[in-house]
Amino acid sequence: MVGLRLVNISKKAGKRQILRSTSLEILDKELFVIAGPPGAGKTTLLKIIAGLIAPDEGEVYIGDQMVNAVPPGERDVGMVFEVPPIYPNRTGFENIAFPLEIKKMNPESIKERVEEVAGLLQITHLLKRKPTTYSGGELQRVALARVLVRKPRVLLLDEPLKNLDAKIRERTRVELKRLQREFGMTMVFSTHDQLEATAVGDRIAVINDGTIEQVGAPEELYDSPKTVFTARFIGSPTMNIIECALKQMGESWVLDTSDFKVDVTKRVQAIEREAMTSELLLGIRPEDVILLNSPEKGRCFEGQIELIQNFGDERVVTVRVGKVSLNSLTGRERVFRYGQKVYVKFKEEKAHIFYRKTSFAVM
Amino acid sequence: MPKLVVKNLRKVFESFEAVKDVSFQVEEKETLCLLGPSGCGKTTTLRIIAGLEVPTSGEVFVDGVLVNDVPPQKRQIGLVFQDYAIFPHLSVFENIAYGLRVRKMPESQIETKVHETAALVDIESILDVPGKKLGLSEMQRVAIGRSIALNPKLLLLDEPLSNIDAKARERMRAELGKLQKEIGIATVYVTHDQLEAMTLADRIAVMRNGLIEQIGTTSEIYDNAKTLFVANFIGSPSMNLIDCEVAYNEERATLKSGDFNLDITEFAETIRDKSEGKELVLGIRPENVSLDLVKTDPKAIEAEVQLVEPVGAKSIYHLKISGLTVLAKGYPMPEVNVGSNVWAAFNKDKLHLFDKKTEQAIF
Repeated sequence: MVGLRLVNISKKAGKRQILRSTSLEILDKELFVIAGPPGAGKTTLLKIIAGLIAPDEGEVYIGDQMVNAVPPGERDVGMVFEVPPIYPNRTGFENIAFPLEIKKMNPESIKERVEEVAGLLQITHLLKRKPTTYSGGELQRVALARVLVRKPRVLLLDEPLKNLDAKIRERTRVELKRLQREFGMTMVFSTHDQLEATAVGDRIAVINDGTIEQVGAPEELYDSPKTVFTARFIGSPTMNIIECALKQMGESWVLDTSDFKVDVTKRVQAIEREAMTSELLLGIRPEDVILLNSPEKGRCFEGQIELIQNFGDERVVTVRVGKVSLNSLTGRERVFRYGQKVYVKFKEEKAHIFYRKTSFAVM
Repeated sequence: MPKLVVKNLRKVFESFEAVKDVSFQVEEKETLCLLGPSGCGKTTTLRIIAGLEVPTSGEVFVDGVLVNDVPPQKRQIGLVFQDYAIFPHLSVFENIAYGLRVRKMPESQIETKVHETAALVDIESILDVPGKKLGLSEMQRVAIGRSIALNPKLLLLDEPLSNIDAKARERMRAELGKLQKEIGIATVYVTHDQLEAMTLADRIAVMRNGLIEQIGTTSEIYDNAKTLFVANFIGSPSMNLIDCEVAYNEERATLKSGDFNLDITEFAETIRDKSEGKELVLGIRPENVSLDLVKTDPKAIEAEVQLVEPVGAKSIYHLKISGLTVLAKGYPMPEVNVGSNVWAAFNKDKLHLFDKKTEQAIF
């Protein structure tokens, strides 16, 4: 098992630039997630690692070896696709055994390996059946088994959970993480679902329009997003983002959005000078927007409830404050109704600040 | 008077009984969600209401009128399909006007009606844009606008948010919620996504194998699941379900599952008749298992952390408790890692208990 390194990878398809000088370092035995919206370049990146697509520019290293010129079959990288190619006329066993048969491994060892992997993936009962009788989740696991049985140094999974039912997805995501730990393998996993990404990833690369926006542990991306894109992509409900400017009011410094203000006096020393005169964006996570039934001492703003979304254990309440709609995440103990007048308060120390022009976080 | 009444609906396709016996009604301005896994009969039910399928038996009343023999286009029902079915080469205006022209509305009235509708679904600024240039959420608005322009008594939505990536779905769900409140038409909404159902519906009908397992408000379904299936299907991550039995010792009652014990003496009298000697399933939602680093609650049970899934404001902890896997959901605890020992306390006010054989809730 080894790490991976991508250096300044660029790729065009026709006129479209799919990857723009992308660099990544994936550690040995890491579960690394590439997360981004559809069309961001996730699949292309995985295919370049696997050797199924050649980059226009840049270098791919597996371990210490530069593999640009190494054909896919010799890279020792396994890849599981979103829609796995499975032979419908062969049993589960035959499907999984196939890559070993090509390698001309002896039948005894093949049987042993297939059964070991099937046991780990809990698909022993599928070995004698043909794929036409499988559910989506079962098919996905057989496809995974067929790749695992080769014991590749690196395993690439392209949106492996995309076509599964929500409930099976939840379970499979845990199984994959467990499997990766047990096999001690380097796994690269792509997804458009940020919850999936933070749930499984040791580290995550957020990719947007062919560019890596940020790489970090789930908590790092959630707590300290470096760009507006990462801030909005990671976390559900999405972070509220509102245009604002930094202004001095007497002794205090505030982020003024024209509809409400957030006090940042305590942090103002740490804020870059450039931010004082720039157009800014205030970012505030829904759990840091507090709703009050009556005005409280200190800074709070009148608003009206526009929408209540019931998440079971939590509620997402959309509140209109002036021209702005803000999402607030609240516990289920509170009862709200449509059109109700409420007062909004912020956990001011949790406010994020970004430059409007560059969309980078203010340091 | 209810806008829609469905009575003892049954539909048999050759040998397959897709809908067995389904009855429900939808009140004015209400949104009812038909929720269930694929193959549960929800789409067939919707298609029967729309008039696209003929029921084997049973009756459909729209606004008090029996419509079994009324052709689909005369039922005054608006139907919005999964892919929205927008005409790509027609402008938004023409897309909305199309249905009105088919109905031979005079041209002067069409103009007024389209503008009225466009104002309601907030698409006035894009009336000249051709269908193929619309973004997803614009398409959703146009599709709904096109349906409501015909003044339907009832709106049917068939999985309008499936096939959309997670982030866009979150946004469109909220938009759809606001739109529903504004247009206020009785709606039947079909989905397999429990979160979508919980956030958009006034009431949910959970379907399985051609029958409604339970019908109620989101909170009723979430808090008082009547069957094991509903308990498991609603909520993410899923409710912990633990096979167990109850042991009575004088006045004490304990739920036992291998080495796992949970004292439930306070409920002993309520459940004795229904539970004694039966195979039971204990249910508790992950957010009702709280974790602590020290044993503050005297009834807390020692647990080992096996996996941590950071999912934004909260984290999901996979625990090993007396040989069982139990999930807990709560605010992130940075001190807790894989392998940590913690104390888990079950919120007993939130316990569910099911009869394993009948799958019915005992309480």
